Amino acid sequence: MVYKIEAQADRQYIEEFRRKPIGVHSPGLQRLLNILRHDPGGSQVILVCRRPFAEWVLGHMPPNRADPIQIEDGPVFTSREEAEWEVFRRRWRAHTGEDINLPFRD
Amino acid sequence: MLRIIGYPDRYSVAPGETIAFKLSVEEGDGFDARLVRVVHGDCNPEGPGLKFVHVPSAVDGRHPGGRQRIDAGSFMVVDGMPALAKGAFTFFAMIWPTRPTVADQTMLAQWDPQRQAGIRIALSDGGRLSVTLGDGAGAVATVAANRPMLERQWYSLRVAIDPARRRVLLDQRPLQPYAQTADAGSFSGVAAALPGAVDGPVYLAGSPEADGSVGRHFDGKIDGPMLLAGIYPAEEHHALLRDPPDAAIIARWDFAQEIPGTSAVDTGPGGHHGRLVHLPARGMKGWNWTGEEHSWTRKPEHYGAIHFHSDDLYDAGWETSVALTIPADLRSGPYALHVSCGESDETATREDYLAFFVRPPRSSAQRKNRPPVLLLAPTCSYMAYANHAEHITARLAERQMGRLLTFGHADLWMYDHPEVCASLYDSHIDGSGICYSSRLRPNLNMSPRYHSWLGGHGSGLYQYNADTHLFDWLDHRGVDYDVITDEDLHEEGIELLKDYRVVITGTHPEYHSTPMWDAMKAWIDGGGRLMYMGGNGWYWRIAFHRELPGVIEVRRAEDGIRTWAAEPGEYHHSFTGEYGGIWRRIGRAPNVICGVGFIAQGFDVSSYYRRGPDADNPRAAFIFEGVRDEIIGDFGLIGGGAAGIELDCITTSLGSPPNMLRLASSEAHSPMMLLVNEEFGVVPPNLGGDQNERVRADLAFGETPAGGALFATASIAWCGSLSHNNYENNVSRLTWNVLKRFIDPTPFAV
Repeated sequence: MVYKIEAQADRQYIEEFRRKPIGVHSPGLQRLLNILRHDPGGSQVILVCRRPFAEWVLGHMPPNRADPIQIEDGPVFTSREEAEWEVFRRRWRAHTGEDINLPFRD
Repeated sequence: MLRIIGYPDRYSVAPGETIAFKLSVEEGDGFDARLVRVVHGDCNPEGPGLKFVHVPSAVDGRHPGGRQRIDAGSFMVVDGMPALAKGAFTFFAMIWPTRPTVADQTMLAQWDPQRQAGIRIALSDGGRLSVTLGDGAGAVATVAANRPMLERQWYSLRVAIDPARRRVLLDQRPLQPYAQTADAGSFSGVAAALPGAVDGPVYLAGSPEADGSVGRHFDGKIDGPMLLAGIYPAEEHHALLRDPPDAAIIARWDFAQEIPGTSAVDTGPGGHHGRLVHLPARGMKGWNWTGEEHSWTRKPEHYGAIHFHSDDLYDAGWETSVALTIPADLRSGPYALHVSCGESDETATREDYLAFFVRPPRSSAQRKNRPPVLLLAPTCSYMAYANHAEHITARLAERQMGRLLTFGHADLWMYDHPEVCASLYDSHIDGSGICYSSRLRPNLNMSPRYHSWLGGHGSGLYQYNADTHLFDWLDHRGVDYDVITDEDLHEEGIELLKDYRVVITGTHPEYHSTPMWDAMKAWIDGGGRLMYMGGNGWYWRIAFHRELPGVIEVRRAEDGIRTWAAEPGEYHHSFTGEYGGIWRRIGRAPNVICGVGFIAQGFDVSSYYRRGPDADNPRAAFIFEGVRDEIIGDFGLIGGGAAGIELDCITTSLGSPPNMLRLASSEAHSPMMLLVNEEFGVVPPNLGGDQNERVRADLAFGETPAGGALFATASIAWCGSLSHNNYENNVSRLTWNVLKRFIDPTPFAV
């Protein structure tokens, strides 16, 4: 049985991720991310770079390559970490129904 | 999105030779071009920034240009065939469809697309054997068998056509019947159109289109196609394969012959030999393969199948847009044609750098007074990774990277243009692995400025553009060096290395043919000094085609990090017959060449080295001159450290020379830095670098018996640390210490 995300048990990893979206993570956060990063529907969230090292937006790659990639107009991120945080929040909501009302940086 | 793309007709060019560039300009009617020497292709603001040196040349200026297209999909074409529709005939073949539900896949066609005349035998309507007849006067009719075929099952096909009576007989018979499964199909009846006689080529696995392209490709294997005059029953297929009536043979192609080549031999009296276009896969198991023999060289009659793919591509075949004759005095090195068709913005990139290398003169008589240092550009690895598209096709990639998959404009273009064909890491649209990769097509990730989804947090560079970190450091240090490519080494062997005292590799020299391996080993054994500046080198065996330039083959056999696995029985290269796979499984582990071998990979963040047990050995004193630090490389553009992406370590039992010194070893790796498959039989629970003591890079040095030496950084990320702190850092200093000593002709102590 694949691990099922439980808001109460996994909430402890939110702050760890916010502090360091990319890098070495605790085993608990790594497990959470491994689950969050899989979409059983076959879609894939991607990071579209509009200007190298300056501007990114999110995109959605569909399961079927014959269909076009959908690129969001915004939000426009100025760092990859900021985008990671936005995707984490969206996925957390999709799995738990809860909103994370925290900005990337205080 | 990209608005201008292209490719050179070669990756290596000598002074006096001409290199041609083929461009597709997707906006406007022209482009500007200039020749540049490539120094640094990484625009990360944390590093030294982009560096290109303009070299005034005859190509400078404006050139006309327009859109060029790629017509992918492999097929066989046979010229000089008689018009099949002039008499009754029967087509027999064994097929193994891999996408049967895709409509309109041609088995065989003799078709005039302008007149809509002729015959097309195909899979249609969910995988049913069908025939389309066109009379050229407006009547086109299709008839089909009554049931669809299944995916990846062998079928005996019989198609009999009597044009005079418009009578068509179709049979598809599974060689392996299954209970409760109805996949045998047939049709017997009259078509609503007569086939018009076409005095044109016969095609297999494709059909000519009105726009001049070849389309309606078949995905799957075809074995033993045969055309007989007259009508023959389906149940005689096997008997006819063994003993066809000679007088009735129109053509009988035997794909088990000439497997390394591009011709399909017709064993019939007409000699209607076929020409295979865009390299369909050969040396493939046929319908009659039993497993008793795994090499096509020893039992070719079991390897009579060709696997055609609708997305095979050998040569994009674009028109030349501009050509340059290399001046005799142009210094050997990395270069690119910089082309642009306008200003780039956040929606589109309107420039490109078409990378290539200027090598020393081809004639050994002209190769006088060469510098002592040679950079071996790993162009076979660049080709292996050409248009690497796992970020598009593999849904595990984000987990593996430990971060979101970044798509630049080149990646968005790649997504929209699968016809450019992907890399040796990808699979064809039918799920079979891509085993051939050509350089005669745009190679989007072999370009300065390309930032990869794969290349480690930070700069995100992998292969070619990661190697520009090394070009830049050599330039900064004022090192005079020559460049040759893998392909040069394959073709000319050790003769090309003999002029040099030091060979420097790229960051990930992973793919080597047998002649390349032999040449490098002979050069090392003769006293050469190898600076292995990366990780996971000398890993996969490859082969070059004997007729076609610029294409390599890999078989993902048996073991290793494999994004796809070759089918059992298909481990031997079709180009050479050699057993393919990783060199380690062939008995020549990388350790034998460069002193270390592949141990772990992880793509999120990099780490550092700590001085090792042999750092204070007097034999290594020259390496640590001016470097007293305990920690080495805790900085860098590739993942933030010098030890990352792919790591190697010393393993004496695999062939690392017993005198290799472990100068330093990396530590504190991420849990995502994982032990590689070939290192275990039973899957251990502690694969990650945070729990497995074997996950480490060994910075290594050792002398060779002929007075030469090996130096291994054992990490792909190493070169990303060279420029830190304006090139004043311990990674740069160590590397420079080694290079200085390696250039010194004084033999190393033996």
